[in-house]
Amino acid sequence: MRKSIRERESRTGLSRRRFFNSVASGAAEAAILTVPGAVAAEAAVGQAADGNMVKTVLDINGRSHSLSVEPRWTLLYVLRDRLGLMGTKASCERGECGACTVLIDGAARYACMTLAVEATGAEITTVEGLMRGEELGPVQQAFVEEDAFQCGHCTSGQVVSVEALLRKTPQPSIEQIREGVSGNVCRCGAYANIFRAVQKAAELRKGGR
Amino acid sequence: MPETTAKPWGETKFVGKPIPRVDGYERVSGTAEYPSDVVLPNMLHAAILRCPHGQAQVKRVDLAKAREMPGVRAVLSDADKEAQIPWYAPPGSPGSTGSPTASRLFDPHCRFEGEEIAAVAAETPQQAWDAVRAIRAEYNVLPSVVDMEEALKPGAPAVQESGNRWGAPRETKRGDVAQGFAEADVVLEETYRTSCEIHTPSEIHGSVVRWDGDHLTVWDTNQGPFGIQAPLAAAMSLPLSKVRVISHYMGGGFGSKLNLGKYTVIAAVLARKTGRPVRLFLTREESFRAVGNRPAHIMKLKAGVKKDGTLTALQLTGLGEVGAYPAGTSVGYQVGDLYRCPNVLISESQAFINAGPNRAFRAPGFPQCSWALEQMMDALAEKIGMDPVEFRIKNYSAVCQMQQNKPYTSAGLRECLTEGARAFNWKDARLRSKGSGPWVRGVGVAAGMWGSQSGPPSTVRVSLYPDGSASLNMGAADLGTGTKTVMALVVAEELGVPLDRIQIENADTGTTEFTRPSGGSKTVFADSPAVRSAALEVKARVLEMAAAQLKLPVTDLAFQEGAIVAQGGTRKLAVRELTQLRAQQVVVGVGVRGPDPVDKVVRPFVAQFAEVEVNIRTGETRVLRLVAAHDSGRVMDLLTYRSQVIGGLTMGIGFALTERRIMDAVTGKMANANCHDYKIPTAKDVPADKTVIPIDLHDTECNTTGTKGIGEPATIPTAAAIANAFYHATGIRITAAPITPANVLTLLEERRKRG
Ligand code: FES
Ligand code: FES
Repeated sequence: MRKSIRERESRTGLSRRRFFNSVASGAAEAAILTVPGAVAAEAAVGQAADGNMVKTVLDINGRSHSLSVEPRWTLLYVLRDRLGLMGTKASCERGECGACTVLIDGAARYACMTLAVEATGAEITTVEGLMRGEELGPVQQAFVEEDAFQCGHCTSGQVVSVEALLRKTPQPSIEQIREGVSGNVCRCGAYANIFRAVQKAAELRKGGR
Repeated sequence: MPETTAKPWGETKFVGKPIPRVDGYERVSGTAEYPSDVVLPNMLHAAILRCPHGQAQVKRVDLAKAREMPGVRAVLSDADKEAQIPWYAPPGSPGSTGSPTASRLFDPHCRFEGEEIAAVAAETPQQAWDAVRAIRAEYNVLPSVVDMEEALKPGAPAVQESGNRWGAPRETKRGDVAQGFAEADVVLEETYRTSCEIHTPSEIHGSVVRWDGDHLTVWDTNQGPFGIQAPLAAAMSLPLSKVRVISHYMGGGFGSKLNLGKYTVIAAVLARKTGRPVRLFLTREESFRAVGNRPAHIMKLKAGVKKDGTLTALQLTGLGEVGAYPAGTSVGYQVGDLYRCPNVLISESQAFINAGPNRAFRAPGFPQCSWALEQMMDALAEKIGMDPVEFRIKNYSAVCQMQQNKPYTSAGLRECLTEGARAFNWKDARLRSKGSGPWVRGVGVAAGMWGSQSGPPSTVRVSLYPDGSASLNMGAADLGTGTKTVMALVVAEELGVPLDRIQIENADTGTTEFTRPSGGSKTVFADSPAVRSAALEVKARVLEMAAAQLKLPVTDLAFQEGAIVAQGGTRKLAVRELTQLRAQQVVVGVGVRGPDPVDKVVRPFVAQFAEVEVNIRTGETRVLRLVAAHDSGRVMDLLTYRSQVIGGLTMGIGFALTERRIMDAVTGKMANANCHDYKIPTAKDVPADKTVIPIDLHDTECNTTGTKGIGEPATIPTAAAIANAFYHATGIRITAAPITPANVLTLLEERRKRG
């Protein structure tokens, strides 16, 4: 059985929860909670065999990946540059925009604010993991139908945040929708369409899509 | 086929319908490959050391330690001959006219915080940054000036040796303003200010570069690869044929990605040095300082009006920031053109300051001008007791006063105002109770126009295959505006090929036809007629083939829904039945953009309406709803059209309420170079209630698709409409953008003190 973050926290005695601040509380708040990479790096180096690289196993989109990482590498960097999962986008890389949002144990998190070593043992889902084979998942489908994006660069993050929202709140109110994507900045300004897409996605999910 | 022979569309099957994007699947599934997603075998990562001071002379750059750092493969500074590349309009280059200074890729005189000092390429991005931090640079810190009015005072620190004023004031004059003011019943004068706004696209600026011998390939996030190819070839002293720039996807630009960036050149030099591909993408902080902005403006506007609402004179004196290097923005246009006014005087000056140079930003100069002009129109209307919508309609102009009174091909400003007002329920909303506090409500209107540029050149290829599928080859990038979808719709309309059977090849200087980069809302305006012309040529060739095969005169045949039909529907021939096409496998049509009309002027128009509420205790302002009525000619795809307007409105909310670069006067540094302190609108800051009303006057003269451009008009009057609604709610004229709670509270306090 997969260990929850809380369990692992108590196991190591390290406060790691702060690396997983909910993005749903908004970009601004998450940014305040930035923890210097050094703190966690030090902690993780303790477990490293050679003091530089740490062996880790990451459970991503239902597949397990064993790899060696530097303790300071973010989950975002590992997903994109080490595993080639380019659907998760890099933008501010400091917890301010949400482009990098992934699900960690079902909740929306900033991958740029999460060290890869901290995500060990958790269930990680990226935008690629929301596909149904070659078919779009309901949230993705709703985004296309409502044209809930322009450049599409923030969209992976938006889609993942909406997925997290709908898992918890299948029929969200407009205020819950705003709150749910408030940690995801869209510079193209597609919010009004994003709100509509969330409502459509809720319907599609209800219809068993 | 000459584009001009195409007849205007009548009833359309594809064009104008709400059709989801052709690349929607790629963009939402994570499979679209943006330049920042490009990974090449053996690729290195680069990072840049930037000047940490507002202004400084670099004394020494010690790279020894950085060179020895783990993973480092190359370091680069001004000491390297290959890095001594001229920059910022060097003498003799196009655009150097009036350029007071030449600079270099790593210039020892840093005129703003964030100028490039040195760069490193290493195996991982972390190692590259470690090495950048290990570079020891010594500076002679110089005094700096970051305020444009201060910069023009005697004794101000020199940003440029030739003086801090960039060029002579530019003047536009019509009639006699002194006489106009004398004839007026009411004359008002006010000084308006707008703040410096940063583009902050989601995908940050950067490139991945690779050399194959002497051939350079660049994956760059830009607004059109041909706009990057030529200056890059010049910077690297390469022929155009040796430089290939690819930009299949890009994550937003808003004007800031029209230019070649230093980062691309730095990556190219590092790649040549190391013999390996290099990726160099900036951080968000770097992008705040070094890749452009909408400059702050100070606009003194004086206006005269008669009691009956006739404008008699408009006088604008503008001062704008340039940043540290020549890159100006003019704000005067709408003052001279939007409303009928016989006497106009516009005088604009621009000042160098120690900050990043500006770049085009969605309708450069226009939202600034609207902020001043449209608030002034509101104030004049109130003074003469006229409804603001009526007042604007009264001063409607059917001719372009800035171009010898040539008529417009279409001018829907009146329709925008009346249709918008109807949808907004303007009259009732204006009379509704404002509330007793702490939240008070108000509604406002603002109008605008965009001065789009000319169309050609643009070349497009359309190919039809014997199985009835087609391909479209065009140079234009799709910024998320829906370019690919819109152009595919044109092909579908003419050839009856369904969208999912059209392959699009675009935005690659190595394989696609030339077009200018996407800026000025002119992509659809310039390229869709070329696409149509190419498709029509394909049609003509196909009909010739059919005529030969059926032994009928061409004039008896028509091409309908992908098949050839003889007059009266007697005989039908599918594309796949054309023996000649099967023999040659493809028929190619090449389309070019015809010239713009000579005796008429093409301009899009807009009117936007806003309802806001203001908390008079906390100073907060919320936008409750927006209505945007646009005459941008024909709607090509209703879905992407609406999205552009919705996006423009969101950006306008940022300009009105939250966005502002803050420069520290003492250090010359930017104080809020992150998205936490520089606030872009989030989902909590925008209304869900946004109504988009397309006004289509069936313009058959602007071009063969009847389009005028929507991207920039969408954001031009938004902030002004919000400011006017703010005034309606509070009775306070807020002349300085953005309308922050602190500004509002100060103004409320001043009013309280005045009693
Ligand atoms: S929040 Fe992670 S990239 Fe911006
Ligand atoms: S779609 Fe471009 S930033 Fe959201």
